[in-house]
Amino acid sequence: MNAKTVFMGYTRGDIVNFAVAIILALVIVPMVVKTDYWYSSILIPWLCLALAAVGQQIVMGYAGQLALGAAGFMAAGAFACFNLILRVPYIPFPLALVFSGLIAAAFGVLFGLPSLRVRGIYLMVATLASQFFIIWMIDKFGWFKNYDTSGIITAQDIVIFGKPFTTPLEMYLVVVVVVMVLTVLAINMTRGSTGRSWMAVRDMDIAAESMGISLLKTKLQAFAISAFFCGVAGALFAFTYLKSLEPVAFDIKLSFKILFMVILGGLGTINGAFIGAAFILLFPVLLNSIGNNVFHGAIDSTIISSIEQVVFGVLIIVFLIFEPLGMAKLYDNIKQKFRGGSAPKDKKKRELDAASSEAG
Amino acid sequence: MTEFLFFLEVVVAGLLAGTMYSLVALGFVLIYKASSTFNFAQGAMVFFAVLAFVGFMELGLPFVVAFFVTILLMGLVGFCTERLVLNPLMNQSEDTLLMATIGLGFVLEGLAQAAWGVEVRRLDLGIGDFPIPWIIDTTGLFISALDLTAGLVAAILIVGLALIFKYTKMGLGLRAVADDPGAASSIGIPLGNIMLLVWTAAGIVALVAGMMWGARAGVQFALVDLALKALPVLIIGGFSSIPGAIVGGLIIGASEKVLEVYVGPYFGGAIEGWAPYVLAIFFLLWRPEGLFGEKIIRRV
Repeated sequence: MNAKTVFMGYTRGDIVNFAVAIILALVIVPMVVKTDYWYSSILIPWLCLALAAVGQQIVMGYAGQLALGAAGFMAAGAFACFNLILRVPYIPFPLALVFSGLIAAAFGVLFGLPSLRVRGIYLMVATLASQFFIIWMIDKFGWFKNYDTSGIITAQDIVIFGKPFTTPLEMYLVVVVVVMVLTVLAINMTRGSTGRSWMAVRDMDIAAESMGISLLKTKLQAFAISAFFCGVAGALFAFTYLKSLEPVAFDIKLSFKILFMVILGGLGTINGAFIGAAFILLFPVLLNSIGNNVFHGAIDSTIISSIEQVVFGVLIIVFLIFEPLGMAKLYDNIKQKFRGGSAPKDKKKRELDAASSEAG
Repeated sequence: MTEFLFFLEVVVAGLLAGTMYSLVALGFVLIYKASSTFNFAQGAMVFFAVLAFVGFMELGLPFVVAFFVTILLMGLVGFCTERLVLNPLMNQSEDTLLMATIGLGFVLEGLAQAAWGVEVRRLDLGIGDFPIPWIIDTTGLFISALDLTAGLVAAILIVGLALIFKYTKMGLGLRAVADDPGAASSIGIPLGNIMLLVWTAAGIVALVAGMMWGARAGVQFALVDLALKALPVLIIGGFSSIPGAIVGGLIIGASEKVLEVYVGPYFGGAIEGWAPYVLAIFFLLWRPEGLFGEKIIRRV
């Protein structure tokens, strides 16, 4: 890295990116996008799921722990938020969000404990336990659902400083601000010593340990932070997208979806979480509209969802074989091409360049 | 005495249900043994195989023909998997292969549903899922014919596979490949063929497991979730051991039922969904390689 830091360790590129993101998200999108459909069916779920994918990215892409229970933590966050607002008088929504994230994080630590002894598929099974256990717990104990028997609970309105945020645009603004704050936080962590220890543990845990990195602390920290992100994402997902709370919405299928976002987007990149979430969310929309407009509904909707499944599966395999770094890498390649005009250098070459420039 | 009899009945019911898990777990073990790949798609294979079987029967094929056509189809699936997924990913980390098989599982589930639809099918094997009167009369235990058949089929499959592994040339080759694929192929063991065989065998096991489950619960998508229960079975039994798959299945089956009946009421019931996983976690802490697995040695 030879880019100069301009402000508190950020390069000029970072600041430009951040400024562009803020202007785009808070000024341009609200000015250009006028239909509610875009907010409530595309932008809001995209941002929520991307946030959960960032959580999955932290534990899987950065810390290298194969966990499969993101939806369980999302459920924990969503129901924690519901209960906090219900039972704690005058709790501001942002505070409720933070606490629901923390409650999810506690579950993350609990179910992250097996990661200290096992890895790979073994860990995956252990984290599956969290998925099934959390959903069961919410389902079985009426207290979590405020003894509602209908099975579907309407989420409370979001009220921040006395102002209700109920229209799709307002909800979008809430979500986008939370997601941006947490994403910047995630980027900071992955670039700082925390992220370096995660990656060291991912790349070779024994070597990392001999360098003085505590595996216990690093792994549990990754699980906790990942679950925190998932918890907040789950709360936002329930309050702004579903507008109701039902455990079924957070079943294992959602966990798989989030896993796919991370793999397709690219392991070990924050961008990848956003790109992957966009793809997983938009592809079915695209497929449905092709089914409706090109074939005029001649294809059964169950067939379309089967096709969607096949395409996701095939893409996973194709990406693992040809571009393990995922869509984020493809995007980088394209960007490079436009910028430099020359073919993108591969990773090894870039490392060599960096090394030689440091030496010279 | 009646209380003890009840307990016995719960345990026996659990053990018999456990053989069903064992059948699914067996498919995982076969592939893991030969290629140290954890085949997450095994559950999807169960679903795919039995749906194909029912589909062929609906086309009017007789039982036996449909059975063999499905086996051929599973061979084809194995062939494609070997060529298109495993071969290009050779020498990749176990985690990568695991993710690839998750993708494969999605492909199989999607294909099966696209080809044969999503509605629940009935599968009648001609074996009743009701208690056998003769056993009730002699022992007082309620044991269904289907459970008994599943147990018997599992036993035959396991003995057969164990014999093949131990005594045939192919089995020897298989074990060699499992041990060191590079060395095995350098002495002329055809790696591709062995893999094809193993995947076909796993396909057959998947079909049998699917038929047993399908006869009980209907041929439907939920089979994929049931197959997930094979994971704790494997953790308890060990990933590379055929007897482990059986014992693990029996343990999970029995403890799941016992816990549900005796502990479940204190937690509001329906703990079957997660109890096996929690059991597996405790097992992991105590014995990560499973009861029969080889000790995991990681070299730096």
